[in-house]
Amino acid sequence: MNNDTVLSLNQLSKQFGTVIANESVSIDLKRGEILSLLGENGAGKTTLMNMLFGHYMPDSGSIDVADASGQLTPLTLGHPQAALNIGIGMVHQHFTLAENLSAIDNILLGSESLFAWRRSMHQAREKINNIMQRTGLSAPLDTIVGQLSVGERQRVEILKALYRDARILVLDEPTAVLTPQEADTLFANIEIMAKDGLSVIFISHKLREVLAFSHRIAVLRHGKKVGEIATKDADEKIISRLMVGADTPPTARETMDTGATVLQLIDLSVIGHSARTSLEHINLSVCANEIVGIAGVSGNGQSTLAKVLSGLITPTAGQVKIDGEKVSLFTPANILKAGVGRIPEDRHQDGVIGAMSVAENLAIENLDNNKIQTNGFLRHQQLKQNAQHLSQKYDIRGPGIEAPARLLSGGNIQKLILARVFEASPRLILANQPTRGLDMGAASEVGKRLLQARKRGAGVLLISEDLDELLALADRIVIMHDGDLHMAPSHDRGQIGLIMAGQTS
Amino acid sequence: MEILDILLSENFWAAALRIATPLIFGVLGALICEKSGVLNLGIEGIFAAGAMAGWMAVWLGADLWSGLFFAALTGAFFGLIHAILTVPLGLSQHVSGLGITMFATSVSYFTYRTALPEVSSPPRIEPFQPLDIPLLSDIPFLGPVLFQQTAMTWLALFLVALVWWVYNRTPLGQALRAVGDNPDSVDAQGLSVYGLRMGAIVAGSACMALGGAFLTMSAFDAFFFGMVNGRGWICIALVIFASWRPGKALLGALLFGAFDAFQVRLQTEVGAFVPSQVFLMAPYILSIIALVIVARRAEYPRALLTPWFKGQR
Amino acid sequence: MIRIEPRESPSRRLTIGVPVASALMALLLAAIPLSFAGANIGEAYQQMAKGIFGSLFAFTEMLTRATPLIFTGLAATLAFRAKLWNIGAEGQLYLGAMAAVAVGTGWLDGPPILLIPVILIAGASAGALGMAGPAYLKTRFGADEVVTTLLLNFIILIFIQMMLEGPLKDPMGMGWPQSSPVVDNALLPQIVPRMRLHYGLVIALVAAVIAHIMLSKSVWGLKLRAVGENASAALHAGIGVKRTLMSAALISGALAGLAGVSEVAGLRGYLTTDLSPGYGYTGIVVAMLAGLSPLGVVIAALFIASVFVGADSMSRAIGVSSYLADLVVSMALICVLIGGFIARFTIKINPVNKQQSTPDTGAR
Repeated sequence: MNNDTVLSLNQLSKQFGTVIANESVSIDLKRGEILSLLGENGAGKTTLMNMLFGHYMPDSGSIDVADASGQLTPLTLGHPQAALNIGIGMVHQHFTLAENLSAIDNILLGSESLFAWRRSMHQAREKINNIMQRTGLSAPLDTIVGQLSVGERQRVEILKALYRDARILVLDEPTAVLTPQEADTLFANIEIMAKDGLSVIFISHKLREVLAFSHRIAVLRHGKKVGEIATKDADEKIISRLMVGADTPPTARETMDTGATVLQLIDLSVIGHSARTSLEHINLSVCANEIVGIAGVSGNGQSTLAKVLSGLITPTAGQVKIDGEKVSLFTPANILKAGVGRIPEDRHQDGVIGAMSVAENLAIENLDNNKIQTNGFLRHQQLKQNAQHLSQKYDIRGPGIEAPARLLSGGNIQKLILARVFEASPRLILANQPTRGLDMGAASEVGKRLLQARKRGAGVLLISEDLDELLALADRIVIMHDGDLHMAPSHDRGQIGLIMAGQTS
Repeated sequence: MEILDILLSENFWAAALRIATPLIFGVLGALICEKSGVLNLGIEGIFAAGAMAGWMAVWLGADLWSGLFFAALTGAFFGLIHAILTVPLGLSQHVSGLGITMFATSVSYFTYRTALPEVSSPPRIEPFQPLDIPLLSDIPFLGPVLFQQTAMTWLALFLVALVWWVYNRTPLGQALRAVGDNPDSVDAQGLSVYGLRMGAIVAGSACMALGGAFLTMSAFDAFFFGMVNGRGWICIALVIFASWRPGKALLGALLFGAFDAFQVRLQTEVGAFVPSQVFLMAPYILSIIALVIVARRAEYPRALLTPWFKGQR
Repeated sequence: MIRIEPRESPSRRLTIGVPVASALMALLLAAIPLSFAGANIGEAYQQMAKGIFGSLFAFTEMLTRATPLIFTGLAATLAFRAKLWNIGAEGQLYLGAMAAVAVGTGWLDGPPILLIPVILIAGASAGALGMAGPAYLKTRFGADEVVTTLLLNFIILIFIQMMLEGPLKDPMGMGWPQSSPVVDNALLPQIVPRMRLHYGLVIALVAAVIAHIMLSKSVWGLKLRAVGENASAALHAGIGVKRTLMSAALISGALAGLAGVSEVAGLRGYLTTDLSPGYGYTGIVVAMLAGLSPLGVVIAALFIASVFVGADSMSRAIGVSSYLADLVVSMALICVLIGGFIARFTIKINPVNKQQSTPDTGAR
């Protein structure tokens, strides 16, 4: 394995309006090396890689890539086509697949001339089969992507890059959608490819996997590179401190006795998009003063469960009881009345109305309340006061309560949603991926608020892909796989991982 | 009863195909636009513009095929405006489309009225004649049905086959299908989302204009105000009914043409008892019913109506 | 390279400036078709201005023309704010007119103070019903309301034709397909004697004010705006999306229906199939020019009405086709779209890849 440099990022900077996403970042990558780009959410990792791949145009700086003969040549910036031509492939965090086409069609997309009158499927298939054999990655080529599981889709994405003869592969948060075992398999495959000469950069915010699977670690914080270290010289404490800038004490969860049952799912069956996401005869209960965590890879029925508890769909069989009362009508308004607070998975789509003001968003679940309206007319003064009070209490920062909510940062939007939910003093709180996309500061605040709610007597159902978060916050963990719920026998990652993958003993 | 007689007559199916022809152009055009992710409500106006432009070119001395080319060019022009407004500028596709319909219609009417002053009967041109191919037109049933048609109907059928081929057998077709589902997929593979979408809208609009041109250059031989009469909107309904597939588009247009031809004949049978307006309403009511039937299960192109901007992830 | 970035919040100046600039731009662009028609441009604009401000008659004609446009503009505004694409105002207008004629041509009798509200309510209800069908098809079957409302326009027009040749036909109308005249007690009185301007304008202005208050100050208005901006979040928050859409649809249809009543009972006095030269569709342009604001609708309607009245008078004076008015109005719509874009985004032109990073000024 040569130690030649294949990639050189030179002082890349990028600003969006007043937000500095990257400041003068320089990183080198050697042939056959696995470099991990570590940083918390919002540190600028994805922006940096997007500049490499040509989605964004850097404000300043340059990139050199080794061509076929090994010579470093400047890369034309701002065009994915240029990156693809010189051998850079990227697996985005949110997959860039056309769900109406088959896997092989997706792989071939863009590789043939748009002026051609026929397609060359035979040669393509041969080449892809070779790649699949060589790397151990496989995917059903003729299945429509819309029907593939998340893990299969990811493999299609990687095959896409390898088919285009990628010599440098960038993976953005690849294990977010995998079970621990699947993640291990993925990295084993990556190691095989690296030994073969492929250079890899993978973006992550998880300390553990960065330490386990990379040769070198580059740490970003607030858009700047704050450190670079060979993995063998690093440990959790060192890189954590680099990543966050200070020692972060873990969130302390005090043990407490649980109170009355607030949620009961009795023999519940709900139809989802597919068989895998449909729930069949599940049973679960959550008590006051308790956080129950639902672990599992996305796409196993979590969304379906969340939709039922949000009042968006009606179960086909079984019962849902809130505080002992059976829910008879599944509408969001009714569920709210029953005392359920919901923190939605997609805060931009379901949580806030971006074009409306912060004040209006804070009041929106509560429009019948006599404090903000009389006879159907809004009491603007009250609305304003309410918003000011909540902004202060929950530390919602932004351009003011009359400004449109879309101007708030992700963390502050989440605080807005938390404020709205908690002020209603719900008996049950459904928190669906509440820390996704948030930086560690914002994430730990959310965790603190959930623990506070738990202390005050609410029951919390926490759905999260982040196993570490669940282990820290949840009193009990249940695992969702294929629409079924399984109790976690202990707080052991390995065991839970196995169950997440479907191996129930 | 007489219904069977009607359904089995060659004249009936010839009429059905003739009525269906402008719809075939329109549905194909709408299909091309929507499959790439953009709704083109300019279709009603583009029909009018194609009708006027094609007719006027011939009126001013061009031959029929040059007239058709000019009509297509006119459609492409209006399509380009809609493309610019909706793709790189990402403006409301509904409003832009309606604006194009109003703009194209008023441009056509104004130009026609300015070039040709008010006369008692509108001026006429020599339209496409039915193609009579010696041996083939003797085939029983199919012969008279297909070979009473003009070249434009054959063009329409050819376009159905062409569109099918492109979408199913060429890389361009794959890219167009992908961009209507997830533009990011196309962008990440180095293709231009803007280029694909704008190209599709321009091509689709050119096709729509041909539908209009059929009215003035084949079905009739003069241009009347209000002659499009909602055909564009019917095409928008039929595209949904056709699940954005060329083959089903042809089928839908034919079924519609058959229905329309049928109600015309039915009118002569029962015209004494039922007011003519009931028959006039029938095509529109049918379109609404067709739409409602498929609406629930309709698999709209996933990215339809969602603008995509470069550099925003 | 050229970069397009969203402004933080569109400035007040631009929000009002854009529609005004678009309107002016469209008038200026009218010079192109005018020169194509070989007209003397200066004289053309002069005639246009004369046709609007030249006399009391011209001015009141403009206001009379604006009256139905205010109603249909409001109809479009309320619907579009809820992202409900009501393109059926034309048909709903005719339904309202038909209801007014069905009720107001003689079988009901009484003083104006009774009859006028009756025909207003009848017309509004008929218009509302016209939109209820498509709204129901949308909420129940997911059928796209753009297509259903558009097609319904044609169906309604043919239906009106049928009615005017049948049950509603004026027995003393010498065979023309027109309805019996509306009885005097049901007619909307004139505002200015000997002019055609009638109290429909007052009703329209009142409707605009009510619409403004409801939209910005009531809970119903908040729900409507929420559904229009982000229906998933509104649903998630417990707002009855279907119910909100239905009520928006009914009120939108009712407003369009009132346009019909106003034309029949205020202006014409009877119903014919050419009662509306496309007021329903023009209402959409009015709504967009107004930035979807009810009070803005009044001003936009005045502008559009001026264009029509001015173009009519101009075309009679110098012989240019009156389709020029439609042309100008459609150009105004395209201009306002482009203008809206300019208001919401800043366009930055940067030299490619300078070493020194250029600080963006971004938000305003």
